[in-house]
Amino acid sequence: MKDKIAVQVDDLTVAYNYKPVLWDVDLKIPEGVLMAVVGPNGAGKSTLIKSVLGIVKPLAGSVKVFGKPYEKQRRHVAYVPQKGSVDWDFPTTALDVVTMGTYGRLGWMRRPGAKQKKEALEALEKVGMLPFKNRQISQLSGGQQQRIFLARALVQNASVYLMDEPFQGVDATTEKAIIRILKDLRRTGKTVIVVHHDLQTVPEYFDWVTFLNVKKIATGPVKEIFNDDHLTQTYGINYKVSIQP
Amino acid sequence: MDIQEYFSLLFTDYTLRTITLGTALLGAVCGMLGSFAVLRKQSLLGDAISHAALPGIALAFIIMQTKNTSAFLLGALISGLAGTFWIRSIVKNTHLKSDTALGLILSLFFGFGMLLMTYIQKMPNANQAGLEKYLFGQAATLVESDIWLMFWVTLGALIILLLFWKEFKILLFDPEYTLTLGFNTRFIDVLMTSFMVLAIVLGLQTVGVVLMSAMLLAPAAAARQWTDKLWVMIVLAALFGAMSGIGGTAVSASYNNLSTGPVIVLVAAGFVGISFIFAPNRGLIAQRIRYVKNRNDLKLHKTLAFMYEIAKTHEDFQHPHAIKLFNNFQGYSRKSMKKLAEKNLITFDQKMWSLTKEGFEQAANLYNQNPQKP
Repeated sequence: MKDKIAVQVDDLTVAYNYKPVLWDVDLKIPEGVLMAVVGPNGAGKSTLIKSVLGIVKPLAGSVKVFGKPYEKQRRHVAYVPQKGSVDWDFPTTALDVVTMGTYGRLGWMRRPGAKQKKEALEALEKVGMLPFKNRQISQLSGGQQQRIFLARALVQNASVYLMDEPFQGVDATTEKAIIRILKDLRRTGKTVIVVHHDLQTVPEYFDWVTFLNVKKIATGPVKEIFNDDHLTQTYGINYKVSIQP
Repeated sequence: MDIQEYFSLLFTDYTLRTITLGTALLGAVCGMLGSFAVLRKQSLLGDAISHAALPGIALAFIIMQTKNTSAFLLGALISGLAGTFWIRSIVKNTHLKSDTALGLILSLFFGFGMLLMTYIQKMPNANQAGLEKYLFGQAATLVESDIWLMFWVTLGALIILLLFWKEFKILLFDPEYTLTLGFNTRFIDVLMTSFMVLAIVLGLQTVGVVLMSAMLLAPAAAARQWTDKLWVMIVLAALFGAMSGIGGTAVSASYNNLSTGPVIVLVAAGFVGISFIFAPNRGLIAQRIRYVKNRNDLKLHKTLAFMYEIAKTHEDFQHPHAIKLFNNFQGYSRKSMKKLAEKNLITFDQKMWSLTKEGFEQAANLYNQNPQKP
């Protein structure tokens, strides 16, 4: 199962204000893995995700999804942005935001109908937010807003999911709920790439990991490469994590 | 003429009808498009566009050497668009933030426009230019062809809005996500901005460069107070805008020599004021009521929680205790005791109180937001 490459990044270099944020990053992410991208602040984790998605224009490099350029494969890639990237006081409801996940497939000018609504409701159900479907989005808690974003990506029914810190500022219950959904996605053969901060939970949640600090330090199965050596190289300090067997 | 007379003349007097229709249409289209500016946090864009249009009008006069409203409009449109896209390219290509870019372009274009105006004043045919009216607007100069132009622009904006409703909505809410879905966000953005420029340019003659941004922002800001639905907000903004136009025209026609543009803006500001105070949920009064209610609830909760702490140490939680145990710090007062008794959460007499079964259960779950079902 793990021989097909879902996302391939070649020679990716991104700079803001002359300072490189990502330097010559090569990545091959096999299909069906649940991968954490870890690294210190400013390591370029979010930038990596955003340049894969074409939101940030790289200086050099290319991104392929299932062997074809990303631009041709947009339908197969879903994105969960950081919660803080939008204004939650926007006049709309939870259901409406989740329905936005269907817009890409609908294309220009076509309105979402009963089918799209049904899909959105199913996604809300999956993330346990169905009782809140008509709630104005500013009335939702941070964890609920995060789950709404997750549901919006689920509606896209993509093959690859890119998530920018989905666990940021959510409580333990929500974190467990989200990771259960991510593991479900992996079980159905989807590829999930997550920018992650909590090193302690990496071995428990993920089976694949990329160490990033402007340059790629290492990428591979958690069991093989999640060790003190790579952590020290990435974070620049003598890092010790206790890995529970 | 008083206001009653105005409304009776509205259907017979040609000039009055033209002006009223014009200001109403202008208010409606500005309210509609202004909602987008407000939701994108680009409230000052309207101000920048209207100021940027001034040199276009002056240049049009210098080139044509005569007063020609269509040429003025075209000039305003071109320089308004130029200013807008210049702002966007500054934000995109430099480290300057959008407020700085807006302020910079606004004053640069306006300064250049004023320079051209003083130049025009020294020209022999200066007195026929009538350019001053573009500064503060003069609704009385509206003629039927202007109304038709406004009508077509409003209709066009409405059709575009209905066709691209979903694209507009998602771009307003989350532009980066919109891009990842495969939409050409620049196209949606340019479409939205172009219509905004068009509406502003049309309004210059009526409301003027200086006050134009209020026409965009005030109805939208007022409308946002009343609803949490995007389409309701846009419809309300259009309605408030149209009513400001009509109301402003009525007032200015009723009191001689009152300039229409400023009165329209004041009426729109009145809508904002009323909305900020009286709107349900988001209004100041509603907020105050909620605050007082929360505080009263909290007081009851505090008393109940304190009673629970005492009661749970006894095997029989209904065991009566002395009221003397309390003081004001626990939120205790005769009134809150009575309220708790009304809710059937406690019983009490002159000296003693005890929790009821409901009271005990509710107190146990008081601070548990998501009570787990077994």
